[in-house]
Amino acid sequence: MTSLNIFPQSPADIRPVLTDPPWARTLLTGMALAFLGLFLFLPLVAVFGEALAKGLGAYVSAIVEPDALAAVRLTLLAAAIAVPLNLVFGVAAAWAIAKFRFPGRGLLISLIELPFSVSPVISGLIYVLMFGAQGWLAPVTQSLGLQILFAVPGIVLATLFVTFPFVARELIPLMEEQGTDEEQAAMMLGASGWRILFWITLPNVRWGLLYGVLLCNARAMGEFGAVSVVSGHIRGLTNTMPLHVEILYNEYNFAAAFAVASLLAGLALVTLAAKSALEWRMGCHGASTH
Amino acid sequence: MSEKPPLAWKLQIRSPGVLPGFGPALGFTLLYLGLIVLIPLAGVFMKTAGMAWDDFLGKAFSPRALAAYRLSFGGALIAATINALAGVLVAWVLVRYRFPGKKVVEAAVDLPFALPTAVAGIALTAIYAPNGWIGSLLAPLGLKVAFTPLGVVVAMVFVGLPFVVRTVEPVLRDFETEVEEAAHSLGAGRGQIFWRVILPGILPAMLTGYALAFARALGEYGSVIFIAGNMPGVSEIAPLLIIIQLEQYDYAGATAIASVMLVAAFLLLILINSLQAWRRSRHEA
Repeated sequence: MTSLNIFPQSPADIRPVLTDPPWARTLLTGMALAFLGLFLFLPLVAVFGEALAKGLGAYVSAIVEPDALAAVRLTLLAAAIAVPLNLVFGVAAAWAIAKFRFPGRGLLISLIELPFSVSPVISGLIYVLMFGAQGWLAPVTQSLGLQILFAVPGIVLATLFVTFPFVARELIPLMEEQGTDEEQAAMMLGASGWRILFWITLPNVRWGLLYGVLLCNARAMGEFGAVSVVSGHIRGLTNTMPLHVEILYNEYNFAAAFAVASLLAGLALVTLAAKSALEWRMGCHGASTH
Repeated sequence: MSEKPPLAWKLQIRSPGVLPGFGPALGFTLLYLGLIVLIPLAGVFMKTAGMAWDDFLGKAFSPRALAAYRLSFGGALIAATINALAGVLVAWVLVRYRFPGKKVVEAAVDLPFALPTAVAGIALTAIYAPNGWIGSLLAPLGLKVAFTPLGVVVAMVFVGLPFVVRTVEPVLRDFETEVEEAAHSLGAGRGQIFWRVILPGILPAMLTGYALAFARALGEYGSVIFIAGNMPGVSEIAPLLIIIQLEQYDYAGATAIASVMLVAAFLLLILINSLQAWRRSRHEA
């Protein structure tokens, strides 16, 4: 076939049977793009448009304002704790589940994905029930003098919960696909477990690992519902960026709210671009449905 | 004593694999899973179990809670249906047609996964408010979107948008074009081929995406509360009602509603898992 490459490559072009008439192509493409334009493109434009509505000066001052900067710092801090912890968990879980066979594997995978099906509000509520005024762990934390709720530890816990599955769910199928041949060969040659992990397994799954970390980080920085329940909304202290957006918005300070929101939208765009680049690298498409 | 060697040999066969580190890796996984996810989640049901049955029913199914469930479940149902239809359309266009900017559109479909929900919420509100870009066009027609239940559906469509596209797309891409050619050679028209050949093929993927979009919309909070208006009994979703109860220190009330939503989420999870098993069995057949 390749020696006679006079046809265009698309199967639809080679087989005229599969081609829709031009009017149908135009109509369907138009409808799809109109739907996506309405629901994806327009909101994105609105964020940047509203952010700059009062001029560049107002935009910059909304971002360098102390409470906004404190929110940025807290968001970065929560992500800097939650993402590495879930990364270590993801690697450990994938090692146990993908490289070994044991009863209950399927159940364990379902349990790891559980946080995706829980409403963000409930993800916050569970920590209120543990550490709140009537919580069953409240006596312990009080006697230790620990403040969990309405403080940074609560925000980190809620972030950990909602971003829990991201790295594991990328690594498990990938490591399973790669089998254990290379690891067994390394073991025969006398490599230790850690050496096998760091020199063979992790380099083999590095793009998938990065992909999981990327999605984990985007969710960690953008989480709203779960963090909202546990944060207490103390300005400059327990406000993450999404919570700061909410406070500004509820104060009718729209330009400032959208200015901070535009930073998060920028993060989303960078995430999407990096995600596309990684998908191209890994040679797979749309692997993730969360 | 002579039985010992074969027994040890048997045990070795049953050990889960030859690589080192199974014990510590599984141990850490279970410990971390238990501490961060399972024990905290179990707290909801422990708290519910501690309530008297009548008390639980009164709190979980009060008129205000029932109205909130109606809006959350009804809105999620409508939004997931819109997403199923539009998702198949978008997947079809992305797989079958070529047009300028296709790569950007392909990447943009995942925007609702990447954009923080609060940002999506205020952006949709700005667009659909009576003085917004689309709201001002709809206002003369007497149609209000923002601050009504319709706004809830709009936000739910946004958050659920990628699911059906992402589940249907790979199936459509792997679709055996020979089947379509066979249908054509037997005299089927394009419409007939779509309804009788293609749609049955993508149906399991479409239903999986539908269920995923429904589950996501059901629990959604951030993007909905800005556009909803949040009137008790009218435009108040169940997750918001949980937060309101918490702010009034009614932990029991919040937990009762949360346990109803959790049971719904678990049932959906089981449904989605069986849909995926069905898909795999169809794929292998």
